[in-house]
Amino acid sequence: MSGYRLDGGGRIDRSRRLAFRFDGETYGGHPGDTLASALTANGVRLLGRSFKYHRPRGLLTDGPAEPNALVELRGGARREPNTRATTVELYEGLEARSQNAWPSRGFDIGAVNGLLSPLLPAGFYYKTFMWPAAFWERVYEPLIRRAAGLGRATHAADPDTYEKGTLHCDLLVVGAGPAGLIAALAAVRAGLRVILADDQPEAGGRLLARRAPLDEDEPLIWRDKVLAELRSAPNVRVMPRTTVFGWYDGNLFGALERVADHLLAPPTHLPRLIYWRIHARRALLCAGAEERPLVFGGNDRPGVMLASAGQSLALRYGVAPGRRVAVFATADSGYQVARDLQAAGVRLAAVIDPRRDGEAPAGIEAPVYRHTVVTSTRGGRGLAGAQLLDKAHGRSIALDCDALLMAGGWNPTVHLTCHRGTKPVWRDDLAAFVPGETGDAFRVAGAAAGHLSTPACFASALEAVAAIGTELGKPVPQVTAPACPEEASEVTPLWWIKESKGKAFVDFQNDVTVTDIPLAAAEGYRSVEMMKRYTTLGMATDQGKTSGVNGLAILAEVTGRPIPEVGTTTYRPGYVPVALGALAGPHVGPEFRPVRRSPLHRWMLRQGAAMIEAGAWMRPSHYARGEEDWFAAMCREVKTVRGRVGICDVSTLGKIDVQGPDAAEFLNRVYCNGWKTLPVGKARYGLMLREDGFVYDDGTTSRLGERHYLMTTTTANAAGVMAHLEFCLQALWPELDVQVASVTDQWGQIALAGPQARAVLAKLVDGLDVSNAAFPFLAAAETTVLGGIPARVFRISFSGELAYEIAVPADYSEELAEGLMRCGAAFGIAPYGGEALSTMRIEKGHPAGAELDGRTTAQDLGLGKLLSSKKDYIGRAMCRREAFEDPERPVLVGLKPVAGGKLRAGAHLLTAGDTPSVEADQGWIASSCYSPTLESYLALAFLKRGRARIGEELVVYDPLREGLYTGLVCDPVFVDPEHERLHA
Amino acid sequence: MIVTCPFCGDRPSEEFGVLGDAAPVRPADPAGDPEAWYDYVYLRANPRGAHREYWHHVGGCRQWLVVTRDTTTHDIAAVEPARLAKQTAPEKGEP
Repeated sequence: MSGYRLDGGGRIDRSRRLAFRFDGETYGGHPGDTLASALTANGVRLLGRSFKYHRPRGLLTDGPAEPNALVELRGGARREPNTRATTVELYEGLEARSQNAWPSRGFDIGAVNGLLSPLLPAGFYYKTFMWPAAFWERVYEPLIRRAAGLGRATHAADPDTYEKGTLHCDLLVVGAGPAGLIAALAAVRAGLRVILADDQPEAGGRLLARRAPLDEDEPLIWRDKVLAELRSAPNVRVMPRTTVFGWYDGNLFGALERVADHLLAPPTHLPRLIYWRIHARRALLCAGAEERPLVFGGNDRPGVMLASAGQSLALRYGVAPGRRVAVFATADSGYQVARDLQAAGVRLAAVIDPRRDGEAPAGIEAPVYRHTVVTSTRGGRGLAGAQLLDKAHGRSIALDCDALLMAGGWNPTVHLTCHRGTKPVWRDDLAAFVPGETGDAFRVAGAAAGHLSTPACFASALEAVAAIGTELGKPVPQVTAPACPEEASEVTPLWWIKESKGKAFVDFQNDVTVTDIPLAAAEGYRSVEMMKRYTTLGMATDQGKTSGVNGLAILAEVTGRPIPEVGTTTYRPGYVPVALGALAGPHVGPEFRPVRRSPLHRWMLRQGAAMIEAGAWMRPSHYARGEEDWFAAMCREVKTVRGRVGICDVSTLGKIDVQGPDAAEFLNRVYCNGWKTLPVGKARYGLMLREDGFVYDDGTTSRLGERHYLMTTTTANAAGVMAHLEFCLQALWPELDVQVASVTDQWGQIALAGPQARAVLAKLVDGLDVSNAAFPFLAAAETTVLGGIPARVFRISFSGELAYEIAVPADYSEELAEGLMRCGAAFGIAPYGGEALSTMRIEKGHPAGAELDGRTTAQDLGLGKLLSSKKDYIGRAMCRREAFEDPERPVLVGLKPVAGGKLRAGAHLLTAGDTPSVEADQGWIASSCYSPTLESYLALAFLKRGRARIGEELVVYDPLREGLYTGLVCDPVFVDPEHERLHA
Repeated sequence: MIVTCPFCGDRPSEEFGVLGDAAPVRPADPAGDPEAWYDYVYLRANPRGAHREYWHHVGGCRQWLVVTRDTTTHDIAAVEPARLAKQTAPEKGEP
């Protein structure tokens, strides 16, 4: 034996040596080791410090439940805190550091907290850091953050890639231990499509760490036969290193496959992790059970660990848990561990069993103390001995040992079964919670169902698969379980050794001791959920896997209630921590969500457009020339349009094709204004309400044929309006013969606006008469432009100028834009962006997104005259409610500063002389801009009794932005109030 | 979750949008009883157990569907096209 490595045995490859570093020291291990087993083999037992008292800690478990052996793994951008050393597979070049220790894990200044522990009882956060209130942010919180923390996350960008995938199967088997293996085998033979997922690198579960034979041979020989048959079958997918972490609606399971975490870095072609969504017609939980620690003084000293962890160290990893190993068992499984260790060449110090009755099992070559408990332990950075109390003889025994294995019984791994609300059920005979009723779609077998002996595990798995096969119409052939000896599996729970001396830990990761629980109960926190939050038991990253049941059992005892009455806290997904990167998958950075680009996107970039996000769309804000900033560019673009002519991409507006014999009737029902009189070749403004009477959306709709209309919507509501129209047609009025189709992406559309717009258009079209008489305001035509490009021309205006919109099939968009620039060159044409467009619509008093915010009515917007009283339409019944007609309702007005000053959206309006208050509030500014046309700030505002207050001077109150101005109420149409330019 | 669309077959629930209670029927007369309109616009049942809801197959055939879903288990008992469901919808008061 060199160090603690045993001479033989285990699932490690002794022919290869792997070098790794822990806290800067270099060590060696073998493939097949975990970081925890390799460190133990090197005699490193002190792996870190605890969270609150900074006590020395070693490993407690052999798997994902680990609360103590948490390390910072890897470095640089891949640094990951709180990694459980018991689940980290060893690889060449592994680098890890201990946590919670400063300056070093051997000498930690924070350990002084242990001396202060009388001052740090349960709830000390709430008691100590209350007053003075001002201290919280500046003093207490930074202090607590620095003292706690549990490792440091990296601030660098994640260099790895992640994937998401979906799988479907007839049967998902969770866990490839004895129960899971035989279940998968039977299901595969029945012809079911099976997924067998297991969190370990190799299948076998507890078979990997036991000596009891199967079919009178080594247990892994049976496992290998099963795996060989599964590998040759076409209808099973075996997924190692895959943890099923959540059970969701519709029998959907979330699983995390660790593709490359056992490597120094993922190979370039592989993701680090894959997040699988598994749709399973049936699922079978074979996740086994987790062993319980015992609660006695000094039970956290490095060297004190679960019996199953000691068994794994010796039999799976070929490492002695210590040179003199004692076993403290309230469950029969502890004796099996003692015998297995003995056979592996580990020296036993004693077996300690608090149980009074019965004979000690034979075959233990060490003293067996019955009716005896461990009351305390001794040792500095590792265990040196234990103090026993022989209760039969009332004597105290000092035992020398450097490892103490705890066998406190088993908690079936019920977690997944609880994720959809099922509560686990207490069983007195097992002294454990087993899964509650989860229905046929998700069954449980093996130790997870409370079957603690191997024959019972096999039997329960075969029974479950037989029922599943019958339900899915695939009868399961007879499968014979391997012969195995019956095992003693009695448990006599002892939740708390009351003769303990020193701190007895219940929750190791959050440093909750046994005295914290009665304290919480005494202070009134008798509910298990409140006790959890007050003591923080079970709230660490291990989510109480080793502490939860012990904690609630102790709470039951101190409050004199049976355990089922206390109940458990809620188990939620995920069963293990899941990296956010895996949940995000490839959807990061530019791939976070799709970006929509206008067909003119590249053309606009070539013109120097500055693009900004508008929802999913990219739209131009302005086209800077030379040194212009956005403001200068906007002013120039507005002057160009108002003085000459400009073009603007409007392709992002929603376009919906409406066809059918009942199309006019349909429009009549979805718009509040009338559509029956609109002739072919004309466009009309339409206002759409919601059924509750508020304004939903607006746009122009043109009649292109007898039964053919083209509706436009705002960019923001395009998808919503489409779904709304489909709902109206399918759910409300299926009798209407109308078809709707979104054609937004099929057409590129450009607005041509300004006094010279007609002259430019005349050069663009192939013969369409665009004279004012032939093509007046609100005319619409299907025609061709630029020598044969199919086009639609609408005479509509958002800017208030003489304006047209020209639409062409999307692929011709750039030709149209180039053609317009060519035809307009002689007139000084220029492209304009969203800033100029927005300024001009405010100058013209057109409501847009800030005014159509879902809380305004047609009356508020000054559009009450559109509300038809001659027909039914969406919103008709509600739009004339009393409150909507209230003269006090704020309505749309214009606002100009009286003596300069910036008007800003969000500012509120007050009657001159009033003190600012909610009661005195007269309204608010919805949109504002600087108008190059009027050389002043302008705003659109909602003001109580606004139409009657034109000419009044109000206070514009904007305290957060140092604004206090006088504003003059005016008509919202600032430019061309007579609309002469529209009709020019 | 998997939803069986009557037009597209088994599809993931992420392809669907959900509007809610499919029971309210739009009153025929816009000038009719304001109470009936108030009920239609604002009142929605939120029962425990079977619930008929409007779902929209946004990422598929774009058909509106009436999905009968158990609100406690999310089990889906029936999926039918909304345009047919209107004719077969139970009268108010019936289960």
